[in-house]
Amino acid sequence: MKIENQVTLEFPSRSANEGFARTAAACFAAQLDPTLEEVNDIKTAVSEAVTNAIVHAYPETLGRIVLKLRIREGHALEMIVRDWGVGIDDVDKARTPLFTTGSEERSGMGFTIMESFMDTLKVRSAPGKGTTVTMVRKIACRAGR
Amino acid sequence: MPVTCKEEKRCLTALVAGELDHHGAKSVMAELDRRIDQAQPKELTLDLSGLSFTDSSGIAVLLRAHRRMGQVQGSMRVINTPDQAGRVFRAAGLERLIRFE
Repeated sequence: MKIENQVTLEFPSRSANEGFARTAAACFAAQLDPTLEEVNDIKTAVSEAVTNAIVHAYPETLGRIVLKLRIREGHALEMIVRDWGVGIDDVDKARTPLFTTGSEERSGMGFTIMESFMDTLKVRSAPGKGTTVTMVRKIACRAGR
Repeated sequence: MPVTCKEEKRCLTALVAGELDHHGAKSVMAELDRRIDQAQPKELTLDLSGLSFTDSSGIAVLLRAHRRMGQVQGSMRVINTPDQAGRVFRAAGLERLIRFE
């Protein structure tokens, strides 16, 4: 699918950037004229993916996170969250509801939320190399535009 | 991430406002823990009317408050859940465990 527009953001893995990342995604998505519910789903999924990178990819250090936002042909928003952190040993296990290696303020539901709010979710990871999460959400074309 | 609490006759009401994500979850949990320890309430009401955003961090906050209330033999209910938060909680199946009104 052809890329019609895109933006790349890079920021350090500070938790203050969780809010920035989801707000930036919502602003970029605005050009697809999404409904409020679609905007909220985008914000939630980006928040989960970026939080995972902040909490799990770089547990002891500050590292680099890249968020790519793309508008694909067919009114689809693609969101890619990439880190160069510790990676995930077993991606299937990490995607299991309630599984977490985090502390008590994590619920283990991050991937479940991303899956239920996005049309597709792909997770590629290599231990010691990092993780790339790719999510796509089609935005419905509404009448009158 | 402000939490405003009021207590009357061992019923604790906590108003959680703003955006509740991982960045703010720890302080909300700590404040709820402190108030529950202090008040030993029969019932905790979490009022989410001012919650403008949450993600799975909100799930963790609710589960922890629910567990703490169980430890002090109290009950918990959640009121005024906004649509966005409701979608997140439903995706996690939280309504099977926690009373939403």
